[in-house]
Amino acid sequence: MRPSRLHIPKHHSRPGEKPDFSYLELSPAGATRRPDINTRVRDMNGLAFELVRVLDDEHKAVGPWNPHVDAADLQVALRHMLLTRAFDDRMQRMQRSGKISFYMRSLGEEAVAVAQGMALRPTDMLFPAYRQQGLYVVRGRPIVDLMCQLLSNTRDMCKGRQLPVMYHWRDGNIFSISGNLTTQFPQAVGWAMAAAIKGTDDIASSWIGEGSSAEADFHHAMLFASVYEAPVILNVVNNQWAISTFQGYAGGEHRSFAARGPGFGMAGLRVDGNDFLAVYAVTQWAAERARNGFGPTIIEHVTYRGAAHSTSDDPARYRPKDDYECWPLGDPVERLKDHLIRLGEWSEERHSALAREMDQQVTASWKEAVTYGTLTGPPRLDAHLMFEDVFKEMPEHLRIQEAQLRAELAGK
Amino acid sequence: MAQMNMIQALNSAMDIMLGRDPNVVVLGEDVGYFGGVFRVTDGLQRKYGEHRVLDTPIAEGGIVAAAIGMGVNGLRPVAEIQFADYIYPAYDQIVSELARLRYRSAGEFFAPVTIRTPCGGGIRGGQTHSQSPEGVFAHVSGLKVVMPSNPYDAKGLLISAIEDDDPVIFFEPKRIYNGPFDGDPDKPAVPWSTHPKGDVPEGYYTVPIGKAEVVREGGDLTIVTYGTMVHVCEAAARRLGLDAEIIDVRTMVPLDVETLVNSVRKTGRCIIAHEATRFGGYGGELSATIQEECFWHLEAPIVRVAGWDTPYPHAFEWEYFPGQARVAAALRTVMEAA
Repeated sequence: MRPSRLHIPKHHSRPGEKPDFSYLELSPAGATRRPDINTRVRDMNGLAFELVRVLDDEHKAVGPWNPHVDAADLQVALRHMLLTRAFDDRMQRMQRSGKISFYMRSLGEEAVAVAQGMALRPTDMLFPAYRQQGLYVVRGRPIVDLMCQLLSNTRDMCKGRQLPVMYHWRDGNIFSISGNLTTQFPQAVGWAMAAAIKGTDDIASSWIGEGSSAEADFHHAMLFASVYEAPVILNVVNNQWAISTFQGYAGGEHRSFAARGPGFGMAGLRVDGNDFLAVYAVTQWAAERARNGFGPTIIEHVTYRGAAHSTSDDPARYRPKDDYECWPLGDPVERLKDHLIRLGEWSEERHSALAREMDQQVTASWKEAVTYGTLTGPPRLDAHLMFEDVFKEMPEHLRIQEAQLRAELAGK
Repeated sequence: MAQMNMIQALNSAMDIMLGRDPNVVVLGEDVGYFGGVFRVTDGLQRKYGEHRVLDTPIAEGGIVAAAIGMGVNGLRPVAEIQFADYIYPAYDQIVSELARLRYRSAGEFFAPVTIRTPCGGGIRGGQTHSQSPEGVFAHVSGLKVVMPSNPYDAKGLLISAIEDDDPVIFFEPKRIYNGPFDGDPDKPAVPWSTHPKGDVPEGYYTVPIGKAEVVREGGDLTIVTYGTMVHVCEAAARRLGLDAEIIDVRTMVPLDVETLVNSVRKTGRCIIAHEATRFGGYGGELSATIQEECFWHLEAPIVRVAGWDTPYPHAFEWEYFPGQARVAAALRTVMEAA
């Protein structure tokens, strides 16, 4: 007999060590079968442990999951990803120079939001977490509007109430980001249940990080989605890191997050999250499955958080500096670019020109955004706005407090 | 004595307790290798190992529930909830389980859990990194609730909390982690080394739970407050030239009624200030208690100063925060009453 022991998940590598991704279970591109959308869960359990990949090492699209997207659409996808990246890059710098209070980049994960946004219908309801800004780009929200939110200025969609990046867009069918983790995962299921009750063919899609799958709301989402076979796609973006702890702390050590699906009787797909075509294909599959009444799917996107968690942490404290460069699934933008070049539909020159154009678009948008005010500079939102929307009608006690604030500000 | 900020003082408290008592464990999100997002647990895992200082999954309910189980099995867990705003997934475990375990098992089971959590605004954190939910926990029977206002008290109270056999919810006002803050965000930051309570003994000592402190003696009126607002109120009273008696409550539960009552009976006037929302807030409990005990000594109605009854807005942080202007208005009202 030996005494029980406490297992501590072992990080693949820490600062000063050589990055080691040997723990990653990979499948060759094109090797994973594509079941029909009405396949029973028990007949496709294995997919939750494999990795759907379409782009091979020669940048060819191969295998049954190839979604055969037109080159013109792929060029649009590249544009969306480059704009997302240019926007992120500039906002990071604006935070560093004190223009905005906080920011979160999606570096390295752009394909997830962009491919999924493109594979879904505009009427499908999206419940993103805080790293899917690509959805806004795909659905056509001008980035100047996002910048106004980041600046909490007079055109801020949140009227100054929310931390930067907590956008919402009712007319674009993108739900309000809360800031609390996983809370929207089961809400997306409820939205999808309502779609089924009302008899529409709209579906819902929600995103969390693998770290957030630890919250109990993950269980609630999985349970309600599977019990009612709700038309919903539940995405776990496994970017390997939850601030300083790696995916092993969320239960991902030698395990698949997609495999949580079969345990609930739900389809589970594990996909190369940096492969635009693969993400597009599995999303299309899951959307069609949901829309046709065959129930929900959990998709694990295997990707890497190329940037810090947010502008508030320094990854050099908890992971090797060259971790991202050693990530075996590459960069989603580069991979799609190389594929288009191989198709003869793109070139390095066009790519550089597009990147420049996106930079210029970001610059122009920023110039416009700051004319509507900044967090500290004029024009500023009227502070009385903080009392609105607490309730539909402002109750008496808030009216009194609003008057107190006016007196307080007048006396300054 | 050493100069410490609040982060270092709290770190020192855990360091000492991990060293003194092999049953003390620290757990929470990012508290181990990284040392916590505010660095409060920095170096503790390196010193005491991965079985004493544990990184956890992002599951506040799981953290508190596991801490309860560990506590029942003889450990003395110090759980960190990364922001007080994220404590609600653990609310059921805290309210239905942790708070009542001793009571429902007629004293046979208990869990000596300390839950540390940064609270309060002033760091541009918006509604999800700024809340002060102490009243929500003070309302629950069976929980001790603590909020220090300076490094000396922070260390002494945290050691007391860890040694306490009852559960303690330990709120850390994050705006004053690095220095006292008088409510004026435009002034340059002041470090704790400029404040007498930044002098902290390096070794073991305790500050008792359940004891308020008279921060400043005075005769004009009594200011009852805690956390960041202690410093805001001191500055506001000074600016008005008032000889205020300022009481730092320090422990919301159990409340040191005697210290409050003695002061208000002496001064006859009282304001109560906290950063949390006003309606149903802890200030109501303070006000009711003082009114019940001091009614015949009061020369003016008690006035409460608090955050507005809205979520904490990102852009209007300083219009929301009960700064010196709001405190001063209350002071004038109470002093001008007949």
